[in-house]
Amino acid sequence: MKRVVITGMGIWSCLGKSLGEVCESLYNGKSGIVLDPLRKEMGFRSGLTAKVDVPDLKGVLSRSQRAYMPEQAKYAYCATVEALRNARIDQDYLDTHDVGLLYGNDSAVEPAVRAVDTIREKRDTTLCGSGAIFQSMNSTVTMNLGTIFHLRGINLTVSGACASGAHAIGLGALLIQTGLQDMVVCGGAQEVNPFSVGSFDGISAFSVREDAPEKASRPFDRDRDGLVPGGGAATVIIEEYEHAVRRGAPILAEILGYGFSSNGEHISSPNVEGPSKSLRMAIERTGIQIDEIGYINAHATSTHVGDTNEAKAIYNVFGDRKIEVTSTKSQTGHEMWMAGASEIIYSMLMMKNDFIAANLNFENPDEDSAKLLIPNRRVEKHFDTFLSNSFGFGGTNATLVVRNIK
Amino acid sequence: MEKSEIIKKVNAVLAEEFEVEESIITPEANIKKTLQLDSLSLVDMVVLIESEFGVKIQPAELVKVQTFEALYDYLAEKL
Repeated sequence: MKRVVITGMGIWSCLGKSLGEVCESLYNGKSGIVLDPLRKEMGFRSGLTAKVDVPDLKGVLSRSQRAYMPEQAKYAYCATVEALRNARIDQDYLDTHDVGLLYGNDSAVEPAVRAVDTIREKRDTTLCGSGAIFQSMNSTVTMNLGTIFHLRGINLTVSGACASGAHAIGLGALLIQTGLQDMVVCGGAQEVNPFSVGSFDGISAFSVREDAPEKASRPFDRDRDGLVPGGGAATVIIEEYEHAVRRGAPILAEILGYGFSSNGEHISSPNVEGPSKSLRMAIERTGIQIDEIGYINAHATSTHVGDTNEAKAIYNVFGDRKIEVTSTKSQTGHEMWMAGASEIIYSMLMMKNDFIAANLNFENPDEDSAKLLIPNRRVEKHFDTFLSNSFGFGGTNATLVVRNIK
Repeated sequence: MEKSEIIKKVNAVLAEEFEVEESIITPEANIKKTLQLDSLSLVDMVVLIESEFGVKIQPAELVKVQTFEALYDYLAEKL
């Protein structure tokens, strides 16, 4: 099997619009969560959300290109520009090689809502405009990135609920391991508009701690009351090791293991067995000793059952080993389709800069989180290998293990 | 609406939407060529005209509207 390395990263999130900004926010424990008055006007149970600015791409992309892009495709474009630049990939390279594209995305609600509103009001489908169809398809991110960057390898959206981004990276790694691709642009994107999470709010999944938005996302804390929706996009350029060496690319880290499983049970409530299986599979595929893992980036979203069962799964696999476990969702909220990719980048930034960001708002453990080492303050620590969990509705699980390359 | 008003408004909204200099819009110029419209962005021109003037250019009529002059005349007739 060929080795798979990370050679570039880029991000657009509530913590910043570049790797540098995001790293600083992680280091300083900044929260990206705000209260959105519009959501309250719309009848939301919770008006909490991450605040993500939509990039203005006028003058950067043509009018037609922009017309086909919903907000998450714009986030993904910016993240991908940064990732390609950091990987030292220019347009000439993309035009002359079969670079693949696997990106996580699992909704495109706002454009669909607007198109349906137009049809209902005007009773004329033409008035939806040319962009509506391309904006409202689930594959909108990959169709836009593929055409803008002239990508010529695999081109596919991965929809695995809140594990979409992690599965995209894991599947991309498999394509490279088996020699089918030398390079794949991987990532995850998430729309942030209110329409996209209205029905999610409707099942009482969100925190209602509106008086203190920065305290609302509190993974593993005993008094957590639900997740906070977030979004943006994160891009990771993955590449076959020898290929990266040949072109003199910056080799940042190696993807050692990808584990996956499906719970096969409840549509929203996770179990313990499925995540445990995904964790074990990822670790076994690395061929390393479990003690070499120096940090765990948990999926933990700040919901009761989700965090509890993940804590149990981590304890099942790691036992009493005291490895720092944190959820960066305490700062970002739940970035859903993007999370599996962004959390690889957050973990990479921490690994490259010798710290572990605080699990904000972890004030009191519950019975299960008490068994884990969850720092609520930043830890200055060098580590060379981390594990990142991503779990999603329908019981889909993904785990990635990444090792530093200096 | 006076034709001169139509011309002024059409030129302004099309130049802004399709990001071209208004000065390149002349009565005899071809709309698609001048605004660099393909079959998709032509749909957006129809949407724009409908939202600005309340006039929907029907597909069968759209093929006849090749120049800006033809568009001004079309709108003058409908308004």
